[in-house]
Amino acid sequence: MAFNYDQYLRTNKMPTLWCWGCGDGVILKAFIRAIDKLGIKKDDMALVSGIGCSGRFSSYVDTNTVHTTHGRTVAFATGIKLANPDKTVVCVAGDGDALAIGGNHTIHGARRNIDITLILINNFIYGLTNSQTSPTTPQGFWTVSQKAGNIDPTFNACALAEAAGASFVARETVNNPKKLEKVIMEGIKHKGFSFIEVDSNCHINLGRKNKMGSAMANLEWIDSITVPKKKWVDLPEDEKKNKFPLGILKQDTEAKEYCEMYEEIKKAHQGERGKLTQDDFAKKI
Amino acid sequence: MSKTREVIASGNELAAMAAADAGCMFFSGYPLTPSSEIMHVSSDLMPKKGGTAIQMEDEIAGVAAAIGASMSGVRAFTATSGPGMSLKAENLGLAQMAEVPLVAINVMRGGPSTGLPTRVAQGDVAQAKNPSHGDYKSITVCAGNLAECYTETVRAFNLADRFMQPVIVLLDETLGHMHAKAVIPTAEETEKGIVPRKTFDGNPEDYKPYGVGEDEPAVLNPMFQGYRYHYTGLHHDADGFPTEEIETCRKLIDRLFRKVDAHLDEIESNEEYMVDDADILLIGYGSASLAIKEAIDTLRADGIKAGMFRPITLWPSPEARMHELGKKFDKVLVVELNQGQYLEEVQRSMGRLDIEKLTKTNGRPFSPADIIEKVKEVF
Repeated sequence: MAFNYDQYLRTNKMPTLWCWGCGDGVILKAFIRAIDKLGIKKDDMALVSGIGCSGRFSSYVDTNTVHTTHGRTVAFATGIKLANPDKTVVCVAGDGDALAIGGNHTIHGARRNIDITLILINNFIYGLTNSQTSPTTPQGFWTVSQKAGNIDPTFNACALAEAAGASFVARETVNNPKKLEKVIMEGIKHKGFSFIEVDSNCHINLGRKNKMGSAMANLEWIDSITVPKKKWVDLPEDEKKNKFPLGILKQDTEAKEYCEMYEEIKKAHQGERGKLTQDDFAKKI
Repeated sequence: MSKTREVIASGNELAAMAAADAGCMFFSGYPLTPSSEIMHVSSDLMPKKGGTAIQMEDEIAGVAAAIGASMSGVRAFTATSGPGMSLKAENLGLAQMAEVPLVAINVMRGGPSTGLPTRVAQGDVAQAKNPSHGDYKSITVCAGNLAECYTETVRAFNLADRFMQPVIVLLDETLGHMHAKAVIPTAEETEKGIVPRKTFDGNPEDYKPYGVGEDEPAVLNPMFQGYRYHYTGLHHDADGFPTEEIETCRKLIDRLFRKVDAHLDEIESNEEYMVDDADILLIGYGSASLAIKEAIDTLRADGIKAGMFRPITLWPSPEARMHELGKKFDKVLVVELNQGQYLEEVQRSMGRLDIEKLTKTNGRPFSPADIIEKVKEVF
């Protein structure tokens, strides 16, 4: 029997506002299959999004949903998670959302290693607002805000998340829905900050200006710039620069999670920690 | 048993104590002089009672995390000063639109920009009326003495939950850092006065968080309890789902005003000091009112009958009461540590422009002598 997505969707809010052929639908379905497999109850999860096409992601899922301001997704989610440490908190944000205007919150969410999963939908452009350059738009691409071609260097979001301290970092594309489902499952299961970049197509507002006006052409381009991590490590150094590795890029199960560490703080202030020197505390954390 | 207690503390410490006693379980913020002691004290008081206090990466995240916690159903607050309020404005707008209760304390210092970090001012009064873009009705209370740093913070939490929106508490550098005796309610008394948010207890299928009466705030149940709905800063329908439907959009913004305007009696709070037999009316608020009171006592000893009207809820303003007073008094002087931000509200409420003003924007508080001199000069 076909998988019943409707049980997790606000079907009365359909159709979505996404364009025909948009990769966001692939990600939404992979996400739903992942939470179904994990057995997470709809009442035990909060889904927080920002602004842009990805911002509407939260509204379609039948759970506790929050559509926040531009880029602030992780900051809002941090409040929800700290006040409800036993609940599952997932963020969905776009590349402009989480890497430009909200870059600081992405960095510090990762640094805290708080148990939040951030699904970064990277379509390489500001799609909803008609094709302005985003931090992941490749150099040389045409955008409405850089009509002579984008000169801004491209962001490697996964490298940023890893450096900032996220204990789980992965990249997948909408070309591989099964792998995407698996990566989202692993990310949510992981205790700590899970950063998942999902490369997706925007043939309407990225593609049409850059010789890939159909969904298929845009997806083929994504395929051409990505390669499974296993193959990527064997590439010559100069070729590595032009390809993004796919799969789980980092998983550190030893890293301390923020809410758990905060429980220690509560105990200390409640007088339950006993005498502890600063050296002891450093060891404990 | 006594319903009050004597404490020796600063205004900032009292505000943090008030939050803890008022059932608040979450603080998030960012260090900002002269408000930081609120964070320092909260970082002890919140975890002590099982709550959370977190220093975020910036002012924007400081208010966002508090709103997130509040969305999930717990009382939450943030604290800052003017430069931080400017950064928090964006998300205060979201909380106005999505009707999320929040207490935001602004310990005012000299501005604009970084201004005078360790000096007093009342220059954020106009900002407090509309910190964010867009059309809505905000609620702002202003402590006039040490005890009120406690009691007004407590009241702000109850107002936020009653009207489902942010409430700004204005302190200023003088009150925030003044360290002296204050008589405040006991923690038990404060706890007794907590009025929690309304919740919907019926069938989840019948739940319409924003489908409320035209004069009423949204009814937003805590998260994770079977009532799943959507928060958004976009115009939204009864489910909280984005819409551009004409009537729904009109009704939503109307309601953001009406839920406040229809219940002014629950929000308004003023002090009138020796007004009944006065010939001269002084209007002031916040720490400036301490100097005004002392000036009035001295003036009266000299045979000059002055009195003071002090709005404690600054926004919405007590326009009806000020209108009455404007008819009764020919001689009115507004005293404030800015160039006349509330003066404009007094002029509007009284419907006249012949109102004297005493202002100061050099980072120093008023002394009673400043006020006495001005009264003798203009009246």
